Amino acid sequence: MSTTAHARSRLILQESGITRAILIAVVFAFLALFLLVPLGTVFLLAFEKGIGAYLSALSDPGTRSAISLTLLAAGIAVPVNLVFGLLAAWLLAKFNFPGRALLVTLLDVPFSVSPVVAGLSFVLLFGRAGLFGPFLQAHDIAVIFAAPGIVLATIFVTVPFVVREVLPLMQAQGNSEEEAAMTLGASGLRTFFRVTLPKIKWGVLYGVVLANARAMGEFGAVSVVSGHIRGVTTTLPLHAEILYNEYNFVGAFAVASLLSMLSIATLVLKKLIEWRAR
Amino acid sequence: MPGFRLTLISTLVFVALIVVLPLFGLFLKTTTLTFPQFIAAVTSPRALLSYRLTFLSSFAAASLNAVFGLLVAWVLVRYEFPGRSLVDALVDLPFALPTAIAGLTLTALYTKDGLFGKPLAALGIQVAFTPLGIVVALTFIGLPFVVRAVQPILESIEPEIEEAAMGLGASRFQTFRYIIFPTVLPALLTGFTLAFARAIGEYGSIVFISGNMPMKTEITPLLIVTSLEQYDYAGATALAVVMLTVSFALLLLVNLLQRKLARVTGNAVA
Repeated sequence: MSTTAHARSRLILQESGITRAILIAVVFAFLALFLLVPLGTVFLLAFEKGIGAYLSALSDPGTRSAISLTLLAAGIAVPVNLVFGLLAAWLLAKFNFPGRALLVTLLDVPFSVSPVVAGLSFVLLFGRAGLFGPFLQAHDIAVIFAAPGIVLATIFVTVPFVVREVLPLMQAQGNSEEEAAMTLGASGLRTFFRVTLPKIKWGVLYGVVLANARAMGEFGAVSVVSGHIRGVTTTLPLHAEILYNEYNFVGAFAVASLLSMLSIATLVLKKLIEWRAR
Repeated sequence: MPGFRLTLISTLVFVALIVVLPLFGLFLKTTTLTFPQFIAAVTSPRALLSYRLTFLSSFAAASLNAVFGLLVAWVLVRYEFPGRSLVDALVDLPFALPTAIAGLTLTALYTKDGLFGKPLAALGIQVAFTPLGIVVALTFIGLPFVVRAVQPILESIEPEIEEAAMGLGASRFQTFRYIIFPTVLPALLTGFTLAFARAIGEYGSIVFISGNMPMKTEITPLLIVTSLEQYDYAGATALAVVMLTVSFALLLLVNLLQRKLARVTGNAVA
């Protein structure tokens, strides 16, 4: 955004100094009350009983297994959506075909479906009473109330992130450079990795960062398919919920502080990418 | 361009397995209900009260977001002040912070001994475990939608138009009312609808602060989870179909608004 120059060029069109000061103050107050204080409170409550209690809450085996499950879910969901997001973006940017608009809508569906509804649909497919339930039981495969269900739900909620960032970039940049590369004899894959990818890399990274934040923080969809088996099917957000319901507030907010640090890192990375991409 | 077959087949398979199949399973389950059963499930008093609460609190939160979102976007685009880029980054916090964590910390703040809850309780206002708490959580969740929808449009307004208006004798307020506001309105409505749609389906941030009292502070997504926990799969599915229908209607509305927006700004929509 070139708002700096923009704002300066129309100083004559600005409100009086007092109006400006009041509006800025209202914005600061609103954002402080609604965003900053809640964020700070996480850390305040996590360290309420000192750093020792904080560290021991984090080294609890339940927390550790929640960390590994969260890393597993995000570690699968993000790369899967990266690969398929790039494939879909290439398809939608380079070709026109019947049903294209429908496909764009379908790729966006996970953003508009309630996470709870998403979780429920996976239970209806893979749960004991579900469509594939009898088959899965006969082969002794657990999806619901087990890690595969959590991974599937996480993939579902993060589908739109990469496509959404990459597709407009690919469309804006056109095909001429790719066509030149291929005229010079480069294969399709080589063209993608050497010509297209460098042009869209910041968009890709942006999508990955946002998808990762959502994957690690997802609650509704994962909560429905998890079954809340402590130390087995609890991701970090679910583990925070369990600790909170057990009145272990230091533990709950210690776990919450990990996810809050993740969100701060996400915001910093996002800003850096926006800055680099300019 | 090469790769049509490869990308088409892989995208179709992926979307079919991850997006279409689960939704298909949902509708398949609905067919196990007779029509009167379906109607009974989606119009039970408990369900009706949950729709009312979900709808009203989402509407209140999206309205708050529209007002404050427009203000935040305005200040970010128009004014220079220290910390502006920090504020700009902070606006996205609700996108980055897991919703359950938002729910936990807001609950801690607004309970009777909380930092905000204590003074509010002295005034006789209870926020946590009431519909007001739900509105607070949904306002947190929806804030970025309006700001990010309005910001680019405010940036694209040409100063010449405003100069012309003021040259013709319009006051600053009149310029805003008759020139700027109508230009921003489609974007504002888009942001409002996105925040509203998100609020309708929201779960993680609300379960902690709402207290989850049936018929009182029970939102529809929570009722779905409760039905599921009681092995009432058919009832949960019927409610999910209602929610899905509302979501798709809102998605359609957003698409229409964005088409209108594209006409205003002259940009193509992706």
